[in-house]
This record gives sequence, structure tokens and C-alpha cells, in this order.
Amino acid sequence: MDITVNILLTIATAATPLLIAAIGELVVERSGVLNLGVEGMMIMGAVGGFGAGYLTGSPWIGLLAAIIVGALFSLLFAVMTLSLATNQVATGLSLTLLGLGLSGMIGTSFVGQPGVRLPNLDIPGLSSIPVVGRLIFGQDPVFYISIALTAAVMWFLFRTRIGLTLRSIGDSHSSAHALGIKVIRYRYLAVIFGGACAGLAGGHLSLVYTPQWVENMSAGRGWIALALVVFASWRPWRVLAGAYIFGAVWIGQLHAQAFGIPVPSQFLSSLPYLATIVVLVLISRNKRLTMMNTPASLGQPFVPDR
Amino acid sequence: MSANHDRANLLEVRGLTKIFGTLTACDHIDLNIAKGEIHALLGENGAGKSTLVKMLFGSLEPNSGEIFWDGKAVRITSPGVAKKLGIGMVFQHFSLFEALTAAENIALSLNDGSPISTIAAKARALSYSYGLPLDPESLVGDLSVGERQRIEIIRCLLQTPQLIILDEPTSVLTPQEADKLFETLERLRAEGKSILYISHRLEEVKRICDRATVLRHGKVVGHCNPRQETAASLARMMVGNEVKAVVRAPAEGIETAPALLEIRGLTRKPATPFAIPLKNINLTVRAGEVIGIAGVAGNGQGEFFESVSGEVLQQDAGSVRIRGKDAGALSITGRRLMGAAFVPEERLGHGAAPRMKLSENLLLSRHATDGKSFVGSGGMVRNGSVYSAAQRIITAMDVRKSAPDPEAAALSGGNLQKFIVGRELDRKPSVMVVNQPTWGVDAGAAAHIRQALIELARSGSAVLVISQDLDELFELSDAIAVMHNGVLSAPLPIAEATFEKIGLLMGGAEPGHAEHTMETA
Repeated sequence: MDITVNILLTIATAATPLLIAAIGELVVERSGVLNLGVEGMMIMGAVGGFGAGYLTGSPWIGLLAAIIVGALFSLLFAVMTLSLATNQVATGLSLTLLGLGLSGMIGTSFVGQPGVRLPNLDIPGLSSIPVVGRLIFGQDPVFYISIALTAAVMWFLFRTRIGLTLRSIGDSHSSAHALGIKVIRYRYLAVIFGGACAGLAGGHLSLVYTPQWVENMSAGRGWIALALVVFASWRPWRVLAGAYIFGAVWIGQLHAQAFGIPVPSQFLSSLPYLATIVVLVLISRNKRLTMMNTPASLGQPFVPDR
Repeated sequence: MSANHDRANLLEVRGLTKIFGTLTACDHIDLNIAKGEIHALLGENGAGKSTLVKMLFGSLEPNSGEIFWDGKAVRITSPGVAKKLGIGMVFQHFSLFEALTAAENIALSLNDGSPISTIAAKARALSYSYGLPLDPESLVGDLSVGERQRIEIIRCLLQTPQLIILDEPTSVLTPQEADKLFETLERLRAEGKSILYISHRLEEVKRICDRATVLRHGKVVGHCNPRQETAASLARMMVGNEVKAVVRAPAEGIETAPALLEIRGLTRKPATPFAIPLKNINLTVRAGEVIGIAGVAGNGQGEFFESVSGEVLQQDAGSVRIRGKDAGALSITGRRLMGAAFVPEERLGHGAAPRMKLSENLLLSRHATDGKSFVGSGGMVRNGSVYSAAQRIITAMDVRKSAPDPEAAALSGGNLQKFIVGRELDRKPSVMVVNQPTWGVDAGAAAHIRQALIELARSGSAVLVISQDLDELFELSDAIAVMHNGVLSAPLPIAEATFEKIGLLMGGAEPGHAEHTMETA
């Protein structure tokens, strides 16, 4: 029983950074901006979070630093693509490359240093319920943040006027501009929110998942988060489902490899990707619904004529 | 020159100027709009009408000039400021969001915090009181163009504006829908509201407008009372000279002429959720005749053109036959080699590659059919002969341009259209299919294109014209078929066709069309 609970706990830990980064990117893409720099912002958040935590000794300051570093790094992307109207794909890719390189340089002196770990937050009373208690009420704080964030983004996008405005900009920025909506301002805020989320996801990696600094420790999670957004057809709860399916199959195949199941390990390693794609494709079979949720102006630079 | 001095001016514009690079789109425009009048703004495409109203609505900033609202000088720096003053706008190219519902679209332009359900109820009530019924829960992507325009109008009215600007509102409506719109406008005028009505349809301007201001090349060339003018005199003011009428000699012996283009049971599933499926379309175009296809935009005309031109291939090769041979499975080039020519609706991107020169665009579309003259031995392009052919087309169609062989994107829409139509006519194709031949083309050039299409048919070719402009179809066609919701009616010979009959068909009066069902998110 304990083993099962432990496995389930690791699944949540594996899924949390994906979920946070993907929810952030979902808001960015709903505003019509494609930021391919998630991986770069994530790794910058990881190194910033580790560094601040290591230097101050406080994992909470580390987590805050991760968020700020991610947001600042995305600001670079925002200035380039929104104010200077550069190509979003190229700018996003270079943001990732820059982030990977820069974090490696900043982190040289952190390699091999002991990090600080964010303690689990046990909710008194509830966390002592057998099995469920530990699973739901005895997790690390970022887990709670990730769930709250998903719910908040869902409410924001589909229940508030500002959320509606954001979606309208993603659907047609020229129509939004014609109505007098400040397209660029909204997109700036969305991009920075996405950056802060990616930074937080990175902070989770270096302060909770493996509390140490290793170069390239994001290991492609930013790309998975990006893919999750698309396969989840820009819908928050599907992103949540996708992140957990990925996390579950990922942990599952690790255990399968450890048991020595006679299947090539390369195949097992590719399983999380395959399973996530298959499941998300199956749930987004309704083409019409997918079309409605796809931000039609995604990736197109917008230059208002005055 | 008659002006209404008895009523106070709601809006006064003095010396308004807007310069884009080297082009002066609006040059010292003066305009007065009185309270409770319908004021027409007339002009050809590119005369500066849209630029002027964008400045009035705050979407564009003027370089110089003054605007007075109710006698006070104002600066309209954004659409928000315009709305606060009491200016509402119904856009020509709809500013609606397809993936959102009607109510959400309306909510976006209202700046109060009331919940969507309240706005939906208000919109529904207002829409019924004006006789423009609207379901606020429906998704804009599912609505017809006429219904979308209703949303725009209701959205505008909910802001209780004093001045309503309508930019080419009837260009997408059936005649019956247009009548409904006119009733609404007259009611608004009776309520004391002012309307600035932009159009190039002179008959409707004469019908509903009290005064008119005419623009040409960015300048005001005259004010008049349209009711005292004739359509011809208004056209003369707009164009600056006489517009030649199109002459169409009756076609003879069509019934026995060979069928050059045959569509047999053409069916197509929708490619995207908002696309229209084509349902069992049958049509024959014979040598020597022009067949017109009417219909409100977005009823499957685009999908139909794609299938006929070969932009999209058919499963059933026999569903499109050119000169008696199956062509349904052939590409555009394959169909061109059989003697067909196609002019798509979008000039930039479909009709021409924007960043390529006119001669290069000519080569792109005709390298296969004119391989002998354009491409020499070893596949080398004969630039000289391509260039001279391009110049021949430019001269024949009177294409106005700034350089000998400019990039396609550097031409104005109308001039590029003349080149694209000319490029296909120059081949003397035996089958010609044109989608929106004169959309955005000035009156003089439009008459030229229409005359050329008629002459092509009379010289023994089959011509199929898809258009939203009913006047154009009545000028051109020997018979008119109507497309509604992916179904094509039987062609009505021109002698029997009336605006009313065609209009009813456009609205779906013919049985056999089903309302599409709504699916909610």
C-alpha cells in the first residue's frame, strides 16, 4: 500500500512543473502569442530559484526568485515580439537557446552544491486520513499552487470580462483593435504571466523535484508543456489531464524499466509521449470544438496602424 | 448644392488630412452632418472614404484638421473616445470574433461590467424591437453574413449613439435584407439620430439619403441632394467622367452549342467546422454563354470555386468535366491545359504572389499552357517574351502602375484585378471561371472587365461568374443560378430573372435546405 502511495506521490511531483508551465503558456497562446521559449524560461527559473535559495537558505525566497526571473526573461520576448513585432517562432526559439546557455553559465558555481528543499505542506487533520490524506493533503506547496492556478485560469478565461477580452484578442487582434481594446498591453501581461509560470515550474524542479542544480535539468519539459497546450486544444482541464497522464506513464515506465520488463527501454521511454498524444487526440476528436478553442491569430505579429 | 441650414450640425469636419507615406488618402476634407439626417459619403474604391471614417471613429489619427462635435472641438484619439462622444460604427469588414457567441461579441464593445446574461437579454429585446431578430447565444462562426451584420448593428445601437457610421452595409446583403436595413435606418432617423452612410450603390443612396458628400482621390468634389440627381449624374461625380454602359448582345443558338464546362453531382464535405458543405451541384455552361452564380457571401461559393478550379481535387473525376473530358481529379495546371482559366476571389495569395513582379506572376500561372513561348530549350525561362506578354496585358487592360514591372502587392486592388483577369483573358481560354470579377474595382474598370468577359463568351467560350453583386450579374449573365447553404438552384434565364426572384432564392426560399444545428461548447 505504501509503495502505491509513494508512486502516486511521485506522479504528482512529475506532473506539477508540466502543468504550471503549460497553464502559463495556455494563457499566452489564448492571447494569440506563441512563445516557444518555455524551456528557456523554465531553466532560468530553475537556476534563479536554486541560486536564491542556496544563497539565502530560504526555499521560499528561492521560489519567489524563480517566478521573478521567469517573468523578467519573458519580458525580453515580449519587447521583441510585441513592441518590435519580430517573428514569434524565431524569437521564442532563441529565447530557449539563450536560457539554456545563460543558465549553464550562471549555474557553474552551483554545480554539486547542496540545495534547499521546499518542505511538504501537511494540512493538519486531513493529511492523516489513510492514503487519500497523504496524496491530496500532504504534498509540496507548489502542487497546491498548480491546482489552484488551473482553477483560477479556467475561471478567469471563461467567467470574467477580462478573460473574454483576452480570448477575443487571440481570435482576431485586428477586430479587437477596431473595438478599441489595447491589444499590445494585454499581450504583454499574458506573456509575463506565462513567463512567471514557467519560472515557477523551473523553481519546482530545483527546489522540490531534485533540490540541486544540474545543467539542462529542465530536460525538455518546456517542450512537453508546449505540446500539451496544443494537444489539449487550449483548454485548462485538458492540460491538467494531459500533464497527469504524462506524469503517470513516465513514472510507470521508470518502474517497469527497474523491474526489467523484457521490452526495449527506448520504447518504454517513448511511452509517456505516445500515451499523452493518443489520449489528448482522442478527447479532442470534436473538430468543431477544437476550432472554436484555437486562437485564430496565434503567432501572427500585430502592428496597429495609426 | 443644397445644404440643410435649418438644422444644427452634430458633426463638423474641417480640413481633415491623412497621409500614408507618399499617398494623401484624405486631403483637407470638409464634412457637416446635421442632427437627424442620413448623410451619404460617396466615392470609388480608394477615394478615401474608409480612411475618413476611421479617423472619425478614432482608429486612425489625422495628420491635420479639426473635428467639432456638437459645436465643440474634440480630438478622437481612440475608438473608446468616439464611443463616449456618441459615435457608433458598423464596419465593412466585420469586427466580430468568430469563435465567440453573439452576446460575448456585444459585451466586448460595451464598457459596463454587467454580466453577459443581462447583455444578452438587452440585445435580444432591442433586436426584436427593431425587427432584426438575433439569438445572442449563437456562435458567430455559424451565422450568415446578414446575421453577423445584425450583431454589429445591435452592438452599435446598445451604445445609444447619436451618430451611426455604416461602411458599405448592403454589399453583403440580399435585396430583402437590405430593405429591412433601410427600414431600421429610417426609424433611427425619426428618433433624431444621424447616420453617415457609405456606399457606392447609387440607387440606394438616392432612396434613403438626405444629403451626399462625394469624394474623389481623397478630395471632396461636391455636395448634393441625391434625390435630385440621377444615378448617372452621381456616377459622373464619383468617377470624374462618363462610365460606359456594358453591352450584351443576346446569345443565339446556345441550346445546341457544345457544353464546355459540366458539373455533375458535385458534393464536398466541409473542410473546416465553419465551412459550407456542397450538396449535389449540377450545372452546364455551354459555348457562347455567361452563367452567373449569385448568393450571399459564405454560402459555399468559395468551396465551389475551389472544387471547379482544382485547388481542391474531387473523389469523383466525373464531377467536373471540361470540354467533355473528366477533370475532377486533375490539378489546376491539368485543368488549365484542357483550356480552362480561373480567377480566384483573393487577389493576393491566390490570384497573385504578392512579392513577385507582374511578369513573374504571369509566368507562374501560364508556364505550362504557354510553355512554348515562355520556356525555351533546357527549361530556361525566356524572360524577354514573358516581359513583353506582361506589357501586352497591362496595355490591353489599362493597368495603372508606378513602375514598368512592379510587384503585385504594389498595385491597388482594382488594378491588380485588371491584370489578373487580363492574364487569363489573354490566353483566350475556352472555359473561364471567375469569382468576384470586379470586387473593389472602380466603375470604369469594372465595365471594362465585364465587357471583356461577355466578348470572350460570344467568341465561343463558356464563362462562369460567381459574384455577390447582383447588378453585375444582371449586366453580364445569360442565366443566373443562386447558391444557398451549399445548394445550387437551377439557372434562371435572364429574361425571367428579377431582383426579387433572385433575392428570395438567396435567402433560401427554395425548399431543401436545412438549418444547421447548434452545438454548444
